[in-house]
Amino acid sequence: MSRVKTLQALFKRYRRPGDIVFAWVLLAVSLFLLSQLFDQTVYKKGAKLFAQPRFWPAVSLTLMSAFAAFHVIGSLLSERIDGRWREVLLWCSSLEYAAWFIGYAMLVPYTGYLPTTVVFAVALVFRAGYRSRTALLSAVGCALVIVLLFKTFLQVKLPSGAIYEYLPDGLRMIMLTYF
Amino acid sequence: MENLLAGAEMLARWDVIVALFIGSIGGVIIGAIPGVGPAVAIAILLPATFSLDPIVGLTMLLGIYGSSMYGGAIPAVLINTPGTAVNALTSYDGYPMTQRGEAHRAVSLAYSASFWGGIFGILCLILLSPVLALIAPMFGSREIFLAALLGIILVILAHRGQIFAAGLLAMFGIFLQTIGLDAVTYTQRYTFGYSFLSSGVNLIVVVLGLFALSQAFYLLTAPDDSPDAKPVKGRMTVGFKELLKHKRVATVASGFGVILGMIPGTGEFTAQFMSYTYAQKTSKNPEAFGKGSPEGLIASEAANNAVPAAAMIPLLALGIPGEALTAMMLSVFYVHNVIPGPQLFQNNLDLVYGLYLALILLNIIVMVFLLFSTNLLTKIIRVPTRFLGVIVLILSFVGVYSLRNSLTDCMIAAGFGVLGLILKRLNLPIVPIILGMVLGGIMEIKLRSAMPRLKTPFDMIDRPISFILFLMILLVLALHIRTLIKEYRAHQTDEDHNLHDSQMR
Repeated sequence: MSRVKTLQALFKRYRRPGDIVFAWVLLAVSLFLLSQLFDQTVYKKGAKLFAQPRFWPAVSLTLMSAFAAFHVIGSLLSERIDGRWREVLLWCSSLEYAAWFIGYAMLVPYTGYLPTTVVFAVALVFRAGYRSRTALLSAVGCALVIVLLFKTFLQVKLPSGAIYEYLPDGLRMIMLTYF
Repeated sequence: MENLLAGAEMLARWDVIVALFIGSIGGVIIGAIPGVGPAVAIAILLPATFSLDPIVGLTMLLGIYGSSMYGGAIPAVLINTPGTAVNALTSYDGYPMTQRGEAHRAVSLAYSASFWGGIFGILCLILLSPVLALIAPMFGSREIFLAALLGIILVILAHRGQIFAAGLLAMFGIFLQTIGLDAVTYTQRYTFGYSFLSSGVNLIVVVLGLFALSQAFYLLTAPDDSPDAKPVKGRMTVGFKELLKHKRVATVASGFGVILGMIPGTGEFTAQFMSYTYAQKTSKNPEAFGKGSPEGLIASEAANNAVPAAAMIPLLALGIPGEALTAMMLSVFYVHNVIPGPQLFQNNLDLVYGLYLALILLNIIVMVFLLFSTNLLTKIIRVPTRFLGVIVLILSFVGVYSLRNSLTDCMIAAGFGVLGLILKRLNLPIVPIILGMVLGGIMEIKLRSAMPRLKTPFDMIDRPISFILFLMILLVLALHIRTLIKEYRAHQTDEDHNLHDSQMR
């Protein structure tokens, strides 16, 4: 009995809730990618095995699937931890912030870096649960500092907003270049 | 000597000095804020430094890399929350000291031990340079391939208790770098017909997603918290005198830091853990460890600060990064057309010395800054965590978008951000993915270029260095199997794996 227990202990890891869901998903992903090996890579006749374009995807995906399978076994042999689906829900809730991020990136080329960043910062701080005037003003302040630092001073390559085209002549050039 | 002077001359420019100040002081502040760390900061600033001169961009990022652990000790000692993942053991002894009302003693000891470790690491780097310059040219394609392979194996095996997950993620990293148009045969690999995948998955986009965006998501999805650190009273120089009483521990710990820093995949945490164990075993007062032992604090801080300089050794000499931050630094080198590897020591030795001197300067700048501004930092670290999440999200946009002005990049980064969040929540390591991408690329290129000279598989290891590397790979695997058998026989109970908190903040 104790031998079985120790063998299990070898596979046991200090886990957190949701581990088994992650393990199964990654196993499925690895097996799917491996199944696409012949479709998605080619075999060059005459080339040596190690120089084949298929070689490294094949090696990495085979090993990835093997490790994923062991990971699943490890999870199956470990004790169940409560709160699995609550954890998965939390992962899904991060998708909302991913959407905020992508939405922000989509808007900037149209509405301009400065105005979009200020509005985005305030809206997201509000969404994160802050209601105090200090928090909202700090968000405006931080957004301004970030824009001034990266766009105005460091001249990092960020798009100018299409909206700036509607501004009067002098102001338009300044906004297009610096904000 | 000539090169040393040329290196000093390289640094004697106002923009380099400004970059060094911004990097080192910014690094301390970033390190001190629990929730963001050097990985997040370097990831965000990477694209912003592309337009700067190589030495300017490199010193700024080097500043952040080398100084963040100084800052990370502050919350570790004062509020029992390590500012960066590698300050974890500092809180074991630092926080009990704070509870005893010895906060200023603990903080100043942490600073002086960090300084000792930092300078020790750089001195080793300088002393080793002539040897490196001699050995590095002996590394041809097959040696670098084997060294990268050893790196991958070590990265996987270093995650004890999570080896399958680490292996899975490292292989995922290797797979990621194969996506796109194969550079030699011009054939598509895993593009699924999408044109945006033809150019491959950009390392910096993945880094930004896994480190910066995931951290923003992590902070935004967790309950709001505002770390409350009390101001520290007392003279900050007191730690130096006390450190001198524990020179042995500090030096051995720094030694551990240097050795483990040089070996890819092991890094700060292992160094810290080993030197802490060493200090406890050799201490006259071992029962005080974990209850506010100055020796424990010194061991952990000296070890983790010796690592950055040592981690530069495989990076500069062979172009092989040992952990995530050096992997990011590698992409900075590439962007600036400085190719780390054997040639760097032959052709750009002045740049190498310039970087060493920058490392020494940053340690001094940080030390002076900390002596006067610890209490200012205790105010800065009170930023509420969700607010911090919003700021990190906005800053991540600068990083991702400025790279190529691509919305697709933002979407890919967001995807990796969600993956990074899941890994962080599960306490699974992120580093293997990044190292898999970097080392996988190196392995593919080097194996291909070694091929024409290989008639039989044994030609791979018929040179002295390659043979030694091959033996090291066998040794590492054999040692791992031996440990597994030992554990199996000894019916060992599980260690506290929460200690291996692999979240890279």
